[in-house]
Amino acid sequence: MGAKVKIEVRNLRLSYGHKEVIHNISFDVYENEILAVIGPAQSGKTSLLRCINRTIDFIPNAFVSGSIKIDGEDVLKTKDVYSLRRKIGMVSPLPVGLPLSIYDNVAFAPRCVGVRNKKELDGIVENCLKRAALWDEVKDRLDSLGTKLSGGQQQRLTIARALSHSPDVLCLDEFSIAIDPVTTMKIEDMLKEIRSQMTIILVTNLVQQARRIADRTMFLWNGEIVEIDSNEVIFSERTRNKKTYEYVQGIFG
Amino acid sequence: MNDTPQNLFVETAFVRRKKRQETVAKSIFLVMSIAMIIPLLLIVSYLVVKAYPSLSLEFLLDVPRKGMTEGGIWPAFIGTIYLVALSLAVSAPIGVMAGIYLNEYAKDNWLNRIINLAVINLAGVPSIVHALFGLGAFVYAAKFGCSIISASLTLAIMTLPVIIASTREALASVPMNFREACWNVGATRWQTIRRIVLPNSIGGILTGVILQVSRSAGETAPIMFTGAVFYKAVERGDLFPYTLDGQCMALSMHLYTLATQVPNVSESVPFATAVVLLGTVLLVNATAIIIRTLIRSKKKW
Repeated sequence: MGAKVKIEVRNLRLSYGHKEVIHNISFDVYENEILAVIGPAQSGKTSLLRCINRTIDFIPNAFVSGSIKIDGEDVLKTKDVYSLRRKIGMVSPLPVGLPLSIYDNVAFAPRCVGVRNKKELDGIVENCLKRAALWDEVKDRLDSLGTKLSGGQQQRLTIARALSHSPDVLCLDEFSIAIDPVTTMKIEDMLKEIRSQMTIILVTNLVQQARRIADRTMFLWNGEIVEIDSNEVIFSERTRNKKTYEYVQGIFG
Repeated sequence: MNDTPQNLFVETAFVRRKKRQETVAKSIFLVMSIAMIIPLLLIVSYLVVKAYPSLSLEFLLDVPRKGMTEGGIWPAFIGTIYLVALSLAVSAPIGVMAGIYLNEYAKDNWLNRIINLAVINLAGVPSIVHALFGLGAFVYAAKFGCSIISASLTLAIMTLPVIIASTREALASVPMNFREACWNVGATRWQTIRRIVLPNSIGGILTGVILQVSRSAGETAPIMFTGAVFYKAVERGDLFPYTLDGQCMALSMHLYTLATQVPNVSESVPFATAVVLLGTVLLVNATAIIIRTLIRSKKKW
């Protein structure tokens, strides 16, 4: 690809207590690409995302070593985790509408960094809701509760919130697990569009989703990288590891 | 049970037994629940019937007369309000803030384990022990003397652990993924607490605090040694009869005095005092219930 490296992960190890769940993995994520991370349950996909935005800190007895550099800065050593987290948009598997109005849900993050100007907030809210393909459905009821939206709408609200602090990196953790296929397609189209503005890491259980929208795919298995390569290789018969081929084709397991 | 599909919806012996068990279990639980109401109804009706001759607004507003055998209970009523208000003014802020720390900030380390242990044990200390502690700490060591301050502080220490516990419970009822969503967008813990956690748990926290009003209003032991007196001359209907460094009368103490210490008191007077005490407590509890219902109807998720 030859593109600029956005995230550089080196010798990352993560253990919960004495149990190591990520074993010494190293990989790069290029700027403006969609990297899909696939793998069965317990393979460390979610833990990996938690390391990247340092919410791993909230898990007692989690121990991380190695380095994760975003734009050359090591996130594991950074002093200001709050600006780090603002650099990263995180979308969790189950939609979380905060118990606030739709407007306040999206305006939450900007307000946390002190944006008070009503016009500026209005702009951010509209822009993010539009990018998350939710604006047309909610523009007339921005004051109603975010928690009262349907599951699919809430997930798009979650994405809008993840975009509201204008991150460089967007991490999605199995975002389509609780939403219908049509909404999933809408969001996938949206992801392809915003790829030009940010780097996207997409953790997914759906191999076909990785195939549809990712540029490269990483296959994690039991906390180790089995293979990371462009989609042309991963979804072909030319994979370097037989396991990848079997997993992708649905033979594995 | 049956292999033949046409028997699928036929009542078998097994099904009948299950149904019988279901009925028995349900009736037992129902009877137990109804049994809960009976003592309360009995207590309240017995008190009201016995107290009926003395009950009037005059009884509430008047001062005790003729060696406390006649007259009203105004000084005791206002004294209880003093004690409860002051003790909550001390214990509510400390308890709520400690509860927030313990639930939102505290990591699992030895210091916080000690704090938790202290809270649990403090909640289990009998009120008479609190009274002795208050006597030693506030009356003698801090030299507040037998005063409203000493009595209120003793009550405050007694209610503190329960307020901490109820605050933690209210905070814990806010789902964890709300907090995680906030942290994910770079909010600090305090921003998360102030904008999401507190607005959605304040009802529960308030309820916990209000319920402690009834507890401190009813306690006799802690105030007996530290600041309550048998009798204090007070003007009828005076709203500010006491000074904080002086002693006061209190409803629970007054009831104890009337029932055990005063000769020739007409029978209905102690019962009327009990009705006022119970009425005040029930009124306060009702407020807590109303607040809780209001908050629940506005539940946001």
